[in-house]
Amino acid sequence: MKRIDAIERELDDALPAMGAGAAAARWLLRLAEQVLEAWVVARGDVPTEEEREGFRLLALHRQGARDLPSFNACRETCREICYHYNLLALPASQGEAAKRLGMMGLLVRHLALFVGGKLEVEKLGDFCCASSPMRKRDE
Amino acid sequence: MADGSPKDTHAKYQKVAYYPGCALEGTGHAYNRSTKAVGKALGLELEEVPNWNCCGAMEVKNIDPKVQTYLSSRVLAIAAHEMKADVVMAPCNGCYHNLKKAEHDLAHDPSSREVVEKIAAKAGDKPYRAGDVETIHALDWIKHGIGEAGLRARVKNGLKGLKVANYYGCMYTRPRHIFPEKDRGPGSESTSKPHFMDDLLEAAGAENVEFPLKTACCGGAHTLSDSDTSTKLVLNILRAAEAAGAEVIATECPTCHSGLEMHQVRAEKVLGQKTKVKMLYFTQLLGIALGLSPRAVGVHENVSDGIEALRARNVA
Repeated sequence: MKRIDAIERELDDALPAMGAGAAAARWLLRLAEQVLEAWVVARGDVPTEEEREGFRLLALHRQGARDLPSFNACRETCREICYHYNLLALPASQGEAAKRLGMMGLLVRHLALFVGGKLEVEKLGDFCCASSPMRKRDE
Repeated sequence: MADGSPKDTHAKYQKVAYYPGCALEGTGHAYNRSTKAVGKALGLELEEVPNWNCCGAMEVKNIDPKVQTYLSSRVLAIAAHEMKADVVMAPCNGCYHNLKKAEHDLAHDPSSREVVEKIAAKAGDKPYRAGDVETIHALDWIKHGIGEAGLRARVKNGLKGLKVANYYGCMYTRPRHIFPEKDRGPGSESTSKPHFMDDLLEAAGAENVEFPLKTACCGGAHTLSDSDTSTKLVLNILRAAEAAGAEVIATECPTCHSGLEMHQVRAEKVLGQKTKVKMLYFTQLLGIALGLSPRAVGVHENVSDGIEALRARNVA
C-alpha cells in the first residue's frame, strides 16, 4: 500500500518528465486510485475492484464516502480526473496535450492533499459543506 | 401568486431582503460594498433585514445544529413577517448555505420545527415556517433579476477578455439535497459544474478559463486549526488557475476569498511558493464592467492587489 506522501513525491518527481499521452494518463489515474485505496484501507475496508461509469476511481470514491458526507468534497475532483483521462485520449496538439496532463496532475495532487489532510484530521470538510455536526453520533 | 416562471422570478428579484451576514461587515467588506454598488447600478433594490443575527455559521452548527436552524430561521422570519418580503438574498456562501439548510430542516424534520417553535416562543417571536420566503444567492439575484442580456446592455467598460477562473467553493452547491432548485436542467444552476458566475462574467466581457477545481475543497474551516493542509490545498487551487491561464480568480464567498488571499501570502512565506493570480469578488468585476471605479467596488480593500491585473488589461 502506497502512502499519500509517497504518491505526492512520485507526482513531483515523475510528472515533469512525463510525455503527454495515454500511458501518462493511465499512470495518473492509477495514482488517484492509490490515494483512495489508502483512504479505504485506513477505514478498515478492502478497496473495491468494481467500476462505476467505467472507472474504478469513482467506485472507490463511493466506497470511501459511505456514511461520511464530508468525503463528497472530493467527488467533483474525482470526476474531473476521469474527464481529463478521457480528454487525454483525444487527438490534440502537443502543447494542448501537455496542458491537459499538467491539469490532471494538479487534480490528482488535490485529491492526495484532501485525502492526506483527512487522514490526519478526519473532520476536514465536516465543518463546511457536509453540514455534519460534531455531536451527531452522540444524539 | 408566484408561479416560479422566469418572468415571475425576474419580477420577484427586483427588490429583495438583504442579509449581509457578519463576514460582510468584516473581512468581506469589499463584497458588501460591491454588491450594493452593483445592485444600484443595475436598478435592483436591496432592503437590509433589520436586527439580523448570525446564521449560526460553522461554529454553532457543529455544536448544536438545531440551534443553528433557529438562528437562521429567525432571519427568515424577520424577512417574511416583519418585512413582508418574498425573497431573502445572502451573498455569503456560509449564510446562504445555512438559510437553505434551515429551510430544508424545517420542511422535513419535525424535531427541528419543535426546537425552533420552542426557542421562538421563549424569545417572543413568531416562528418561521418553511416556504414563507425564498432564499437566494447574489448570483441568483443578478442572473435571474437582470440576466446576461440585461447585463450586456448595461456594460460600459467591459472586461476586455480578462482571463478569469471562477471559484465557487463548496458551500454553494453541497450538500445537494438542501438546494432542490439546482440541477433542474436548462436555466438552473448545476451542483457538479456551477456556471452562473461564468455566465455573468462572460456577459460582462471576461474570458472564462476551463477551471476544474471550481468547487474543490480549500481546507475551509480548518484554516486556523490546520493551516498547513489549507495552505497546500489553496496553493494547488491557485496553481491550477494559473495553469488554466487565469489572470484573476473570481469569488462569490467572503470565506473563500479570504482563504485564497491569506494562504497565497502564507504559501509564499512558509513554503516559498509564489503565485501571481489575483482574487476579486465577482461583484467587483461586474461593477467595473458597469463603469464603476475600482474604489467604488472596494478593490482597495482586498489583500490581493487586483488593480494591477485590471490595469494590465486596460479595464480600470
